[in-house]
Amino acid sequence: MSNLLTDGGKQLLLGNEAIVRGLLESGTGFASTYPGTPSSEIGNILEKISSDAGLYFEFSTNEKVAFEVSAAAASAGVRSFTFMKHVGLNVAADPMMTLAYSGVRGGMLILSADDPSAHSSQNEQDNRYYSTLALLPMMEPSTPQEAKDMVAEAYRVSEELTLPLIYRTTTRVNHARGVVNLSDRVQPVAKGHFDKDVVRFVNVPANARINRKRLLEIYAKAAQMSEESPLNFIEGDGDIGIITSGVSYTYVKEFVKGVSILKLGFTNPLPEKKIASFVQGKKAVIVVEELEPFVEDQVLRICAQNHIGVSVYGKRTGHLPRAWEFSPDTLSGIRDIVQVEEFAKPLPASTVKLPSRPPTLCAGCPHRGLFGATKKAVGSKDVVYCSDIGCYTLGVQPPFNAADFIICMGGGAGAAGGFDQSTDQKAIAFMGDSTFFHSGVPPLVNALFNNHKIVMVILDNRTTAMTGHQPNPGTGRDFGGVTTDAIDIEQLVRGVGAKFVETVDPYDVKRTTQVMKDAIAYDGVAVVISKCPCPLELKKRKMLEAKRCVVHPEGCIKCYTCLKTVACPAIIKGKDGSVSTDPTQCIGCGMCANVCPKKTIEVIR
Amino acid sequence: MKYTVQIVGVGGQGVLLASMVLGNAAMEMGFQVAMSEVHGMAQRGGSVLSTLRFGDEVISPLEAVGNADMIMGFEPSETCRNIHLANEDSVILMNLDPVLPSMVAAGFEEYPEVSDLVDSVKAVNNHLVTIDATSLAIKAGKAVAANAVMIGAVAALDGFPIPKDVLKDVLGKQVPEKFRELNLNAFEMGYEAAKN
Repeated sequence: MSNLLTDGGKQLLLGNEAIVRGLLESGTGFASTYPGTPSSEIGNILEKISSDAGLYFEFSTNEKVAFEVSAAAASAGVRSFTFMKHVGLNVAADPMMTLAYSGVRGGMLILSADDPSAHSSQNEQDNRYYSTLALLPMMEPSTPQEAKDMVAEAYRVSEELTLPLIYRTTTRVNHARGVVNLSDRVQPVAKGHFDKDVVRFVNVPANARINRKRLLEIYAKAAQMSEESPLNFIEGDGDIGIITSGVSYTYVKEFVKGVSILKLGFTNPLPEKKIASFVQGKKAVIVVEELEPFVEDQVLRICAQNHIGVSVYGKRTGHLPRAWEFSPDTLSGIRDIVQVEEFAKPLPASTVKLPSRPPTLCAGCPHRGLFGATKKAVGSKDVVYCSDIGCYTLGVQPPFNAADFIICMGGGAGAAGGFDQSTDQKAIAFMGDSTFFHSGVPPLVNALFNNHKIVMVILDNRTTAMTGHQPNPGTGRDFGGVTTDAIDIEQLVRGVGAKFVETVDPYDVKRTTQVMKDAIAYDGVAVVISKCPCPLELKKRKMLEAKRCVVHPEGCIKCYTCLKTVACPAIIKGKDGSVSTDPTQCIGCGMCANVCPKKTIEVIR
Repeated sequence: MKYTVQIVGVGGQGVLLASMVLGNAAMEMGFQVAMSEVHGMAQRGGSVLSTLRFGDEVISPLEAVGNADMIMGFEPSETCRNIHLANEDSVILMNLDPVLPSMVAAGFEEYPEVSDLVDSVKAVNNHLVTIDATSLAIKAGKAVAANAVMIGAVAALDGFPIPKDVLKDVLGKQVPEKFRELNLNAFEMGYEAAKN
């Protein structure tokens, strides 16, 4: 497999691995993140190798803090890298907007991993607009090789402009794999010195007004650098021009014939003169980009300003879609304008009715016990389940149906307070341990402050599970030569003044049900901490005890309470109606045994 | 030359490992390689698709629907779910061992007869190769070697451009030392089963 610390050679690398290698080849001294797909692997790799590579890395408590620590490092002259998924940059947008005014001294890259098609996200927002909003330079690689190579150029530009640079990727770049030729590593510089400059770094109104002007001047220089950048280049000949960037370039390059391509890697500010001279004299121009018409609208404006009357095709003309990621198939939208390779005729969809296979909570997942208990405790009461971002989002599926409202990280508990105040429904918020530290404390404090009578359930599975098991403040840190204590959630919750605080073991479904009943009946803020480590994490650490559940058929009355309550995929209902467990999946957690009214399920070791 | 394999299955079946072995073998051969993988949800029992493309001038990590040269199906219902990625000339390798989705296990949905799944593919494509990878892997020593069986089977399929010894060599390098022998045996068993 890949070895990112090696010297030279070529390797088959994931886009995210290539980006890490790019950091190692650029002397990056400081990196920070809050995990989020499709950027998560970068953090998992840095957790393993940062010590050996000689750079500092941390999982910060949320994206805003991740941004701020990297901002400080770069202000002190250390090359820094902060990375997050697209919605994470919303959280970090506040510091970003003003850091642009101050700028940085060491290069700073802000990786925004966008997720067209929302493969593992709640929306597919196009973060390229942040670059025009904040007036920051932006670069976008197309392939794993570029994802590595462009890092060094991005640092060079960031330092020349003294501005942080948005390094924008999408799922099909982060999770593409390709042959990557490696260059030499550059020894990181992990320590700098912060030289004070009050006008620049203290944005009180008088200084902010000065810095705003300064930023506009630098932005003009950035536009000039974009004009001259080798990342914006023309390939091929033809009287039809295609302007493209990111992964869309790979589809155009491989499947469209007989066109001239303007490939953009430095995508904010756009090289306006280069674009004007490219479109001049063309029969037609097509802009191929995913999501919003970010480049297309600017091309239309550039044409108008330069009095160029060429037809520009793309999203505004309905030839290419705005929703969802592109693929080679998307190019069929421009077949009547250019020559696109013919594709074979697909086989028809299967005539057999196939069972659905959505992602699901794992066998033995403690969230199953908590949701089963909650449903039982709620009964027929009118409640609103305010869920959040994490594995427990999957509680939306039957038989739990335990998600009525999901917007963003930490959003469930905040919304719960609003539902409590504006309806007569009981609001129950679910939130993971990592999410609690990310943005769950302010809505808890808010509920206490404003007397919102909500139930807040913290599903503490001792890890940040969905993104691949990263540590969080609730677990403490033990990597990269830094060891810290775990922060105790119960103490923290009591510390801000919550009176009803109960910690339960969700594998004990019966007791959890009783606690949830009490929490729902409580006239105030009730906090329930459902504490049980994620079995996948235990498996990874080889700490999962060898146990399994066995159904004794003679005692089973086929009431299916086990299936209906915890619905564990390791419980199998046979064609004859009998109940058994699947030894390949069962981890012996005992949730099914706990709810069995006939005590006919046994946990054996 | 360009070749596309669509590798389909269920999270946890080793789809990513198989795509890494095929991808590294393609790199060894000096081909350009472009792959696309599904990460994140894969551990949670959902459908998994990994695209592997290689050849002389390959850069796109995704392939057009219907344009696959091969479907490498780790699971029968997942093979059928992704059948539109293939065309009538594609080679389709299908492991016959089902992984029951949770709603089937709980009795809320039914899993179709595997023979019906096989027949539905045969009705539209003449290049189906079925294999009982899991039982062959158990015979070789461990059920988790099913992906080595599948990789061995791929080596035997008509028109696959990477020679058997290159695949076997890369597989041997990518599995842990203590399971090497077992995986290489499983590879051979898959190769023999698919050849006949």
